[in-house]
Amino acid sequence: MTAEALAPVTGAARAPQGPLREFWGYFSANRGALAGLVIVVAVLLMAAFADFLAPWPPDLTNNAAFLKPPAWQAGGSWAYPLGTDAIGRDMLSRLIHGARLSLLIGMAVVAISIATGIVLGLVAGYVRGVTEIAIMRLMDIILTLPSLLLAIVIVAILGPGLMNAMLAVAIVVLPHYVRITRASVIAEMSRDYVTAARATGAGRLRLMFNEVLPNCAAPLIVQATLGVSTAILDAAALGFLGLGAQPPAPEWGTMLADAREFVLRAWWVVTFPGLMILVTVLAFNLLGDGLRDALDPKLKR
Amino acid sequence: MAAATPPAAAGPGPAPLLRFILTRASLVIPTFIGMTLLAFFLIRLVPGDPIETLAGERGIDAARHEKLLKEYGLDRPMLVQYGIYIGRVLKGDLGRSMITHEPVVKEFVELFPATIELALCAIAFALLVGIPAGMVAAVRRNSIFDHGVMGVSLTGYSMPIFWWGLLLILLFSVQLGWTPVSGRIDVKYFVEPVTGFLTIDSLLSDEKGAFASAVSHLILPAIVLGTVPLAVIARMTRSSMLEVLGEDYIRTARAKGLPPRRVIALHAFRNALIPVVTVIGLQVGVLFTGAILTETIFSWPGVGKWLIEAINRRDYPVLQGGLLLLGVVVMLVNLLVDLAYGVINPRIRHAK
Repeated sequence: MTAEALAPVTGAARAPQGPLREFWGYFSANRGALAGLVIVVAVLLMAAFADFLAPWPPDLTNNAAFLKPPAWQAGGSWAYPLGTDAIGRDMLSRLIHGARLSLLIGMAVVAISIATGIVLGLVAGYVRGVTEIAIMRLMDIILTLPSLLLAIVIVAILGPGLMNAMLAVAIVVLPHYVRITRASVIAEMSRDYVTAARATGAGRLRLMFNEVLPNCAAPLIVQATLGVSTAILDAAALGFLGLGAQPPAPEWGTMLADAREFVLRAWWVVTFPGLMILVTVLAFNLLGDGLRDALDPKLKR
Repeated sequence: MAAATPPAAAGPGPAPLLRFILTRASLVIPTFIGMTLLAFFLIRLVPGDPIETLAGERGIDAARHEKLLKEYGLDRPMLVQYGIYIGRVLKGDLGRSMITHEPVVKEFVELFPATIELALCAIAFALLVGIPAGMVAAVRRNSIFDHGVMGVSLTGYSMPIFWWGLLLILLFSVQLGWTPVSGRIDVKYFVEPVTGFLTIDSLLSDEKGAFASAVSHLILPAIVLGTVPLAVIARMTRSSMLEVLGEDYIRTARAKGLPPRRVIALHAFRNALIPVVTVIGLQVGVLFTGAILTETIFSWPGVGKWLIEAINRRDYPVLQGGLLLLGVVVMLVNLLVDLAYGVINPRIRHAK
């Protein structure tokens, strides 16, 4: 809203654009963000059509092909393009099916934590007083305990598994959303436009959701996109420690845990799952960066 | 913006600052109580009977079960149990490990210096590389250097560090043979523990080569642990610097004809540092989290590895105590960061 008001003053002598077209203009000019978007879409498609894309079922073992190297190495064959793991499962098929699990984890965790985080942050930043102290103390406690350790303890209590791992990760990332929302709300509350809106008689809820929240959206959208990657990383770390998705689920972190003992004999079982995590997480981060640059009016001008 | 001090709310002299410090410090108490509650009840939520867990697989007869229940005070009401627990915590008694029967605090104190040494080296690495890289990237926005820094730091931020550690071991330890695979120092050295930091203790001792051995063991884990904080700090410094460089008072300073170096170093840097300080505070928890993974991969004998072993052995007193002790450490660091934040930025301490 501030950008629209200022546009004639700063004298951008172009015809007024729709906000979506303007956003796309900035976003598409950022090559890194476009690359991130392309990879994210590719991983999404990979997850959606895993059954058609994967040459083998992810859990199919082959007694005749333990730790077969990738096709381009001596001893490899194109039947298993990226080789096989220690019990003869096709690496490529498992990696493709792993995209499903990782995306599911990322989306679910962010959905839970951002919805809860925005509400708590808005309330804390707007109401202040005892409510704020209570919310922020609780967040401080969660934040104070090292996130992976807290997640591990939660999983140890609930029992290992994918659902509990997602829940644990959602709890430990919650304070970031609350803190960001609250900090932005407090910063925005002292701005003139809020005072103006209040003077014109805007109610509390209207002020919170229509005036303040849109102006805090940029850091939140960036954090949510980065949050998908954090969730994938944390869940993979839990899987690596044997507390996340359980074998034989083709979760990338769990695959790395299985592969660890073969690190000296079979580089491919260690390299590829980690590479998938890195590329997927990197793509979400590039996307988040691109979104921030396109959404932040301060950097535009 | 920098020069604007709120006229009415400010009291005379240092009183508001002192009040701010006291208010902020007193907030530690509810946080601490909350943490003890969490540590106490989380462990009680573990399915199964604690005495049977304690007895292990051998099982236990009913009379002895009854007696042990009394002995541990587990037959008392929850609130009384919590009261007993917090009383013991305040006396520094966090119980004994179920495996080694050593006091939890004693084991923690023995292992914690190894973790601090690793974490300090990691954060030093992250700050020394991250802040200058972020600043230069902001000042030379859209240059090749800027794109390079952002690309590398995004990759670092996206790195699954357990995999990163394995890759570095593969490259530097296995392929090139430059660094050892695990541990803190070569077994042939015995260094008298003085500070608990092996890099310092090895210098104090007269063992030749001990220092070099300690450093070579430290390098890879410190890089692995410092990777994520480095990326976060570089990104944060850059974006915060960009924001500050767009402010009016920077334009004013430039218009006055101040040399660009002075504008950046004096006017911009100080204000750009505020969000960076907060981020460094948030990195302390990240460091301990990373330490759990890093220490597991490199067999670094610190508290992270200790806690993972405790989880695998279902050693609940160690888990409970470790969670609380690490929580208290992070809490105190956060307190210091918040105080620093208030000192740097007057608007915070005057805010009601």
